[in-house]
Amino acid sequence: MAESAYLPAVAIQNSKVLDSPRHSALVRVTHWIHTLSFIALVLSGIAILLAHPRLYWGETGAVGTPSLIDLPFPFVLELQIRGPGRYLHFLSAWVFVLTGLLYVLSGLFTRHFWKNLVPSRVDLGWKSIRRVVSNHMHLKRPAAEESRSYNVLQRLTYLAVVFLLSPLIIITGLAMSPAVTSVFPVIVTVFGGQQSARTIHFFVAVALVLFLFVHIAMVCLAGFKNRMRAMITGHNAAGKEPS
Amino acid sequence: MSSPLSRRKLITTGLATAAGVSGLGVAAVLAQRYGLIPPDHGGIFGAGETLTYAGQRLLTSHHSLAREFNRSEISKVAFVNGKPPQNEAYQRHVAGGFADWRLTVDGLVARPSSFSLADLKRFPARSQITHQACEEGWSFIAEWIGVPLSTVLNFVGVSAQAKYVVYYSLDGFWWDSIDMPDAWHPQTFLAYGMNGGELPVDHGAPVRMKVARQLGYKSVKYISHITFTDSMKHIGDGLGSPAPAAGYSWYAGI
Repeated sequence: MAESAYLPAVAIQNSKVLDSPRHSALVRVTHWIHTLSFIALVLSGIAILLAHPRLYWGETGAVGTPSLIDLPFPFVLELQIRGPGRYLHFLSAWVFVLTGLLYVLSGLFTRHFWKNLVPSRVDLGWKSIRRVVSNHMHLKRPAAEESRSYNVLQRLTYLAVVFLLSPLIIITGLAMSPAVTSVFPVIVTVFGGQQSARTIHFFVAVALVLFLFVHIAMVCLAGFKNRMRAMITGHNAAGKEPS
Repeated sequence: MSSPLSRRKLITTGLATAAGVSGLGVAAVLAQRYGLIPPDHGGIFGAGETLTYAGQRLLTSHHSLAREFNRSEISKVAFVNGKPPQNEAYQRHVAGGFADWRLTVDGLVARPSSFSLADLKRFPARSQITHQACEEGWSFIAEWIGVPLSTVLNFVGVSAQAKYVVYYSLDGFWWDSIDMPDAWHPQTFLAYGMNGGELPVDHGAPVRMKVARQLGYKSVKYISHITFTDSMKHIGDGLGSPAPAAGYSWYAGI
């Protein structure tokens, strides 16, 4: 492969840039733990959903009452996947929430969000956004310089995932708990009922899975090996972007 | 060139790790003492179960009430899950209007007792309009009428050593258990009525347990025997109910 040809001259030239990691150790560790827990949550969530693939609005819903959406899946009740799925769902939910909290708290503490994710006023301009969208439409790979930072679409997407979708999926999950809502009833009434919370929980999960697919597609387009290296070792590859 | 920084990093990381490990140790001891370890705390999923049970026990006060609803919100369809017991004994009870049915209460109590349905109805009746939510995803709202389990606890003089209430269905198969905070909880009922009438056979006649702060499967139907114990170790497979063996957590607060 082209990038495995190590060029000492280039490495020395770039050493200053290479010394400061593309992703901090904490971001990298929480990223991969989060990845594992998210995959476990999706798989176990599917196992739970298949017991009753109908969605409702309001407080209650069951077979024999009108549904909001009948998902095109069979009712899987005999296959023993739901029980273990539930155990796995709540275990991985704890991992998801605790690593998420660690990431957010450290991100606030180190000003990671402010420095790396909140877009500048210029970036939020129509021209800048149009350029980034056009680059995406033409599947243009970012220049090496560009790949050391996030573009405005990435920034807005990551912020939405961290500060909108993730809290929403956690709260709608807790809203289905009769014990938690005995203390904080507002977390379920705000969504219009327990079944509404379940429905929103489903759609937020779908949005997060879509994010995951787009995220992986973008990583592939931007240079899979280099981006994976950056998220594992912290550093971009020495030398040129892989061709 | 960056040695002072990395030394500081090393020290802070070391301190954080030490604090974390000793914190976990202290947490484990405290959790054991305050009854925050569920019977199904073992195995690969045990850590998650323990966190959920301990977390929710610390979060909920003993008297935080499950949400109650207006009469107008009672579901028109109360979904029925499963079938009534197929054994002959239950058929005889149904035919005889449950006149010979008895609820036996024993274990760690001062006065082991046996109640007829009429005996239970002589206690002050209470009602609640709450969810019955199944882990499968469906739910309905109904009015449940009955005697709070706490009334019976007082009547039989439950021992301070008791940590769990174990309750058995007369189908000879299903049983479950709850801890004392849920046993004393004002919305934990021995329910004999539903939506203004008698409890229908499909919903557990003559008496079902209603545990409002947990999912539906803890509200076992067709109750005929209650016992109090200080440990679940020697009951069934020691996991608190048959549910964990099938993959369902003993504590079903979520």
